Amino acid sequence: MRTNRIWPYFLLAAWILLLAASPFLANNYLMKIATYIAMFAAIAMSWNFIGGYAGYPSFATAAFVGLGSYSGAILQNAGLPMFLAWGAAAVIVVVFSASIGLIILRMKGHYFAIGSIALVDIGSHTASSWSSLTGGGEGLNVKIMQGGPELVGMIFLYTMLAIMLLAFITTVIVDRSKLGFGLRCIQQNEDAADMLGINVMLYKNIAFILSSVFCGIIGAAYASWVAYISPLDSFSILLTLKAAVMVLLGGAGTVFGPIVGSAALVIFEETIWSRFLSLHQGILGLVIVLLIFFLPNGLLKVDWSKLWAKKNG
Amino acid sequence: MLDQIILNGLMLGAIYACIAVGFSLVWGVLNVINMLHGGFIILGGYLTFFSWLHFGIHPFVSLFPVAMLLFGLGYVLQRTLINQVVSKPVLTTLTLTFGLEMILYNTMNLLFTATPRRVALDMGVLNLGDMLLPYDRVASMVLALSLTGLLFLTMRKSKIGRAIVAVRMDKDAASLMGINVPQIYAITFGIGAFMAGACGAIVAVIFPISTSLTGVFLGKAFVICVIGGLGTVPGALVGGLALGLIESITGFWFGPQNAILIGFVLMLVLLVVRPTGLLGRKGYE
Repeated sequence: MRTNRIWPYFLLAAWILLLAASPFLANNYLMKIATYIAMFAAIAMSWNFIGGYAGYPSFATAAFVGLGSYSGAILQNAGLPMFLAWGAAAVIVVVFSASIGLIILRMKGHYFAIGSIALVDIGSHTASSWSSLTGGGEGLNVKIMQGGPELVGMIFLYTMLAIMLLAFITTVIVDRSKLGFGLRCIQQNEDAADMLGINVMLYKNIAFILSSVFCGIIGAAYASWVAYISPLDSFSILLTLKAAVMVLLGGAGTVFGPIVGSAALVIFEETIWSRFLSLHQGILGLVIVLLIFFLPNGLLKVDWSKLWAKKNG
Repeated sequence: MLDQIILNGLMLGAIYACIAVGFSLVWGVLNVINMLHGGFIILGGYLTFFSWLHFGIHPFVSLFPVAMLLFGLGYVLQRTLINQVVSKPVLTTLTLTFGLEMILYNTMNLLFTATPRRVALDMGVLNLGDMLLPYDRVASMVLALSLTGLLFLTMRKSKIGRAIVAVRMDKDAASLMGINVPQIYAITFGIGAFMAGACGAIVAVIFPISTSLTGVFLGKAFVICVIGGLGTVPGALVGGLALGLIESITGFWFGPQNAILIGFVLMLVLLVVRPTGLLGRKGYE
């Protein structure tokens, strides 16, 4: 669904400006939330390429983030400057996704889902058993940045916002190009798309690579930000699930859906759900169940004017 | 030494087969990846443990009532929730069962805490030459194999079993033959939960049960289904025994941590090379 209306872009620009202004308007806690919103928006937009546009139920996002975290942390500890380590992590993740994509994108549906879940498990088991490189189950410490919490917080906020903006621009380009059209065809009927001359394998691979590159940088930046990573936190299947839920909440295969969904879920998480720490997983589970039954197409595809008319008429 | 390793592998494999068979059935018939399966196993384990702790009921006695409770839970979940979206794409059904799993996991963590618990039976050890056979493990293996066999017979001989197979082969044709497909779906999901609950009772005798194991058991079910092939009892049996042997042998050589890794890598390779599994037939992908 292509929207040619201009106001959503203004709304998004205002939203990004608000997030960017958070260090000057609010305290460190809200700045951290703004960073999380930008980070999850970028992760959700990444997942949207493969899960939303191409309709492939990929759970590999957590594998990309984890691989990015470990690559960035190990390279940074080896003496590479921080930004270079992030770039290198992105390259490593892209090489990984491009080569693994050739293998697992041959599968469809359930088998693809299982295969991509296995990637996350393989990642976490490798990270915990290859102790000489990764520190094993004890995790890995990364150098803490100098400059005090305010400055460091701002650096990471603007990093995540920049990645979010990049992911958004990529989404718009994909959405309006032949690639986006082809991916939507694959989502609707892959065999028909193949028959009509769409290079299905190439398109799927590009979508899979696009879903990995930003995750790789985010993983590396996240590792530098929190200064400590461990196998189970880095390769967490829950992270992928959250990304998918954010996209579904906003609207899969849309330009603005992942941004709406990620903002809604992060704000909901921080305002309501963080008060009930022992119920954390259960509430997310409940959100998922409600989402599937009451908002199957996401917030953006609800026809609000119709709903309003129904209520009043 | 090697005969002990192979024996351990077979004992483990029998239990793995039992873990996977219900998951495989649900996947094959409903086309749903049931993320709740690991949670069901742990719930069965907890119910067995607490009825042993508080009322002194032997795990092998409480096995059947526990499994029946799980059957009820599975039946109701499928009838009320999952049936509504069963024909939707895999992402929807998988996400839904994942969401339900998180609710179950959270509830169990609150009720039972994450402390590992085990039913300690101490039935002694049988010495066979240089091989050691703990009686509780042998009993568990026999139980797991007979449950798997029972499911096989149910699928082959009973009216319900034939109906389930008919729905798996062609649900439209089955519906035309007068089979109530939503009802069969609910019963199938119930049977999957039944097998999970029974496995939980068996597993509680051997391993310490804790909620952190839900993902581990689910991962095993994935691997076994892919190795053995989908939706058939013999497939799950072959896959389970194969995984038990692989883990036992590679665990001895490379350490238990890497044994799990090798299982997943093997699964990924098999997914690509032979997605129908070792015993699978075409048409079930």
